[in-house]
Amino acid sequence: MKYVIGKPGAIALFVLALVFPLLTSNQYHLTVMVNAFVIALAACGLNLITGYTGQLNLAHGGFMAIGAYTVGILMTKAGWGFWPAFGAAIVITGVTGFLAGIVSLRLKEHYFAIFTLAVGFIILLIIEKWDSLTEGHNGIFGMDAPGGFGIIDFQEPIAQYYLALFFLALGIFLMWRIVNSLLGRTFVAIRNSEELAEALGINLMRNKVLSFTLSTIYAGVAGALYCGLILFIDPGLAEVTKTFDMITFMLIGGIGTLFGPIVGTMLITWLTQSLQFLEDFRMIVFGPLLVLLVIFFPHGIVGYLRLRQMRKAMAAASKAPATPAAKPANKEAGTNA
Amino acid sequence: MSVFIQQFLNGMVLGSIYGLVALGLTLVYGILHVPNFAHGAFYMVGAYVSFTLMNAMGVNYWVAMAGAAAVVAVLSVLSERLVFNPLRHAPPIHDKIAAIGILLFLEAGVQAIYGADFHRMPTPYNGAVSFGGIFMQEQRLLIIIGALSLMALLHLFLKRTMVGSTIIAMAQDREGAFLVGIDSNKVAMMTFAIAGALAAVAATLYAPINLVSPAMGHLVIMKAFVIIIVGGMGSIPGAIIGGMIIGFAEALGAFYISTDYKDIIAFALLVVILSIRPEGLFTKGTR
Repeated sequence: MKYVIGKPGAIALFVLALVFPLLTSNQYHLTVMVNAFVIALAACGLNLITGYTGQLNLAHGGFMAIGAYTVGILMTKAGWGFWPAFGAAIVITGVTGFLAGIVSLRLKEHYFAIFTLAVGFIILLIIEKWDSLTEGHNGIFGMDAPGGFGIIDFQEPIAQYYLALFFLALGIFLMWRIVNSLLGRTFVAIRNSEELAEALGINLMRNKVLSFTLSTIYAGVAGALYCGLILFIDPGLAEVTKTFDMITFMLIGGIGTLFGPIVGTMLITWLTQSLQFLEDFRMIVFGPLLVLLVIFFPHGIVGYLRLRQMRKAMAAASKAPATPAAKPANKEAGTNA
Repeated sequence: MSVFIQQFLNGMVLGSIYGLVALGLTLVYGILHVPNFAHGAFYMVGAYVSFTLMNAMGVNYWVAMAGAAAVVAVLSVLSERLVFNPLRHAPPIHDKIAAIGILLFLEAGVQAIYGADFHRMPTPYNGAVSFGGIFMQEQRLLIIIGALSLMALLHLFLKRTMVGSTIIAMAQDREGAFLVGIDSNKVAMMTFAIAGALAAVAATLYAPINLVSPAMGHLVIMKAFVIIIVGGMGSIPGAIIGGMIIGFAEALGAFYISTDYKDIIAFALLVVILSIRPEGLFTKGTR
């Protein structure tokens, strides 16, 4: 159990992801993984504002759609290449996220959740109705795969797989740096008690807006990658059910843990893949599952493993008071689950 | 001028429906401080129960409405008992996620049984009335009269009966209500039952001039949320007035601005109002 969590677990997961293309000859499996990596990256961003900072953002899928549509529109209508469009997607989701954050974060708790739900609806309705720009329900297709660098190009599924994996790994690394910095601890302080955080001299608004903007940038990058790798986007991307999916993944893996959203996304993606009949009616299972999880298993898989480890460490510390207290494993948490 | 009056009446129809849905939402919020995202799903289930009762069993419109109200009230109470009650002491994010879980389940369940197709709900009131050059479908008139009388009844129930005032007491001051011996479980169950019944009645009233589909609750519940934020969460007059404001804004906006974007108007209004007054229109203090 000791090696399931922490650095060994994270490295094992990463190595597994690196060799995965060698283990399967099925191209379809690679596509499923690419999709899962992209969603996991977006869920990772949602985890920053919701899991670490405690603000339930229900517009996350909408920001992912903004990233995807920025790339799609710039590539098909303005003739841009993928990488400049990718950069533009980051800027545009970051700016819209910042502006939405300034307005929405003046509200607390329920009001914030409802307000972001409305923001998500506005994004969806604009994408649906603004036919001349977004092609409405037809969606956008005809993008080229991302251009390569030197000897690498991203036409082959296997190269696309590693591209998605690279961005997911980069996203996790940056998230690890963020949540273990003073900034990350500030976010957690806000989640635990806004009053207390404010009494410590934390500027609530500035930190919440920062967390929100960072999380929307994650969504934007994920959306841009989705557009470049799946090569078809439609308004369904902005549906609130996409955000609900991500919340489910995050909760199953462990809300407020570094690897929770990734573990949850992978697990559920493969579960639904192996149970194809579930595809259409998966919400009949997911809905009650979500309810049961928040009532009986609110920490998720990674959160549960971490709690166990902390309890053991504390038990060990209380048995041998002379040795320095065992450091609780509040840092990198990974798992082989 | 007659065009304007026509749009005014349309706004009133919309406002009546939104008001009924928002009333249930605001009552539940007042008691439990839960934004019940599943409320729109209750509304949708109400429409399907009425639809089934009328189509498959051939019962009368009003009996079907009563049947739907009863079924959804039970469903609503069950959700309180099985989900919200166990989560009373959980962090606030948990009950919101649980409400989303209920919503997903009900929608997927209805879609599994009935499919994603749209259905048309029959109504015995297919005629139109006209006075002074203004035409109005009977069903629309029924919506306005039905919704307004329900609101009046609810008002009398809350203000004039002992049972009703326990709901108000609990919304005003939880500890105070416990001190005078009010049973919080009973009040919570009753509130959820009323909210569910109101949603089912609203759906049965509105569905004949609209369509029945698993996603029919989405926009209605979103607008109901806008209404109770604008009108102040937990405030009953706020829900009714807010409902009318959104109804009129939408009807006039659809006519004078664009039908394509009429669904955005409510949300744009919310964004504008909250940008200027984060505390809402009718409330005092900050959030």
